[in-house]
Amino acid sequence: MISDIEIHFKLNFHDFNLDVSFNAPSKGVTAVFGPSGSGKTTLLRCMAGLEHSNEGLLCVNGQIWQNHNIFIPVNRRPLGFVFQEASLFSHLSVKKNLTYGFKRIQPSERIIKIEQIIELLGLNHIINRKETMSLSGGEKQRVAIGRALLTSPRILLMDEPLTGLDVKSKYEILPYLERLHKELEIPVFYVSHALDEVTRLADYIVILDKGRVTASGNLNETLTRLDLPTARLDEAGAVIEAFVAVYDETYSLTRLDFSGGSLWASKIDRVIGAKVRARILARDVSIAAIKPQATSITNVISAQICEIQDLGPDRTSLRLEIGDYNHKQVIMSRITRRSRDQLGLAVGMQVYAQVKSVALII
Amino acid sequence: MIKFEPSDLQAIWLTLKLASTTTLLLLLAATPLAWWLANTRRWYKGIIAALMMMPLILPPTVLGFYLLTLMGPHGLIGKFTHILQMNSLPFTFSGLVIGSVIFSLPFAVMPIQNAFEATGKQPLEAAKTLRAGYWDRFFTVALPLAKPGFFSAVILTFTHTVGEFGVVLMLGGNIPGETQVMSIAIYNHVEALEYNAAHLLSGAMVLFSFIVLLILNLMSGRLFKGFK
Repeated sequence: MISDIEIHFKLNFHDFNLDVSFNAPSKGVTAVFGPSGSGKTTLLRCMAGLEHSNEGLLCVNGQIWQNHNIFIPVNRRPLGFVFQEASLFSHLSVKKNLTYGFKRIQPSERIIKIEQIIELLGLNHIINRKETMSLSGGEKQRVAIGRALLTSPRILLMDEPLTGLDVKSKYEILPYLERLHKELEIPVFYVSHALDEVTRLADYIVILDKGRVTASGNLNETLTRLDLPTARLDEAGAVIEAFVAVYDETYSLTRLDFSGGSLWASKIDRVIGAKVRARILARDVSIAAIKPQATSITNVISAQICEIQDLGPDRTSLRLEIGDYNHKQVIMSRITRRSRDQLGLAVGMQVYAQVKSVALII
Repeated sequence: MIKFEPSDLQAIWLTLKLASTTTLLLLLAATPLAWWLANTRRWYKGIIAALMMMPLILPPTVLGFYLLTLMGPHGLIGKFTHILQMNSLPFTFSGLVIGSVIFSLPFAVMPIQNAFEATGKQPLEAAKTLRAGYWDRFFTVALPLAKPGFFSAVILTFTHTVGEFGVVLMLGGNIPGETQVMSIAIYNHVEALEYNAAHLLSGAMVLFSFIVLLILNLMSGRLFKGFK
């Protein structure tokens, strides 16, 4: 992992302290995840320079934005910021909103072009609107994202860009964010309290709680850590990067291959070879000590238990390694404590993981 | 046949001139003050705001009286104008302008301040992250978004100055062509029992006010949007 963004902030509000220190890769999407009030937004605002932390160090690709004697003002930082509310300029047309930042950077720095953004974010049908009032929530947020990207930023900071939107707009906008992730080489910091958004978009995750970093690391490694609060969430699960290998037309199923194994999922509308992410929730994985002979579960995978942790008097979490020796993938399983005892499960044991459902998220 | 006397026409012209000058000067003075009040967190903000609002509550005659004293030969401003070898301000058009500016100050500041506050920090922060510097943000985001407030401020200041009586009487007196505005002219006509002439001028005032308000309502329907 290349750690090219160095972050250290200490900030005291009268009822809240932020004290974070971590490195993040300067490519891909870094999710800043945590419950509300954990300081996610404050951290992002500190990075942007919208909040002036009394103690701070921010170094982006070797360029110092803030240290003990430097503080580059917000308007001179090459960053894009997407707020929770689109915050479009209501006195300007859609096009003028989009080009507000574009006009303010040197022509030589205009790497991202207007046509490219219109295409990428699907803005063709609204680009000529004279005002922004009539746009839907999702359209407004897309314009806001485009506006930020058109400053050709060195880093894109997104503060819960989907939180204010209804479910429909949210699912309308997610594919655009995924395209952004794939097509533009801009590192993104994505603040969210929604695990489903994080699993769809992030490569790297920083978990915050009460203004402190609880954990940071690669997405799946971190999400499958049993000692973290994320493992206790109802929607706790693993994310596996796979590609579409085979379609079974008879039963309308798709086989997804990943390094070290394969899984069957419902049919999806993607070409063979397309990269997808599969999300396997801990509660959808059950364990069998011997290979089940007659079962309705399609995916039965040989696995090795590498960690066991009780979640309470009734439930237990397991961390399982699947795949061959060279390409280990990690998933989680949640079973009852009684099952654990009845099957005599222990670390190191070979078992069979029965995956009841595989959710495809890209 | 409706026909204004030359002195009345002069009073109308003077009134319009006074109101326009006052409005223009007030926009220049009220904008920075409103911006400061909308953004500052200093402890003395309350004091400044209270001072700015005084003309709302003070009887115009009291305000006029103090201004007269201040501008008079023994007043602070009077001594200052004397040192600068300027004419003494009372009973001049300039004195009247100064009085009107102070008298209408809250009518200009408050709608603009409210409009700035209603805009909030969000659009300005967005502009900041889009590379706009301080003045750039002020002129391209803060001012245009506060347009309804400026609209209200202009209308309120202008009409308030047109209707002003107490301050003018105390400070400007009754000099035709110099300080005799419409409201004073009406007062003179009534004093002289020239009821027809008084009717004519008063009617013109009523008509003027109505037309202004009507245009406003037709134009936007949000005259008092920025004036809460």
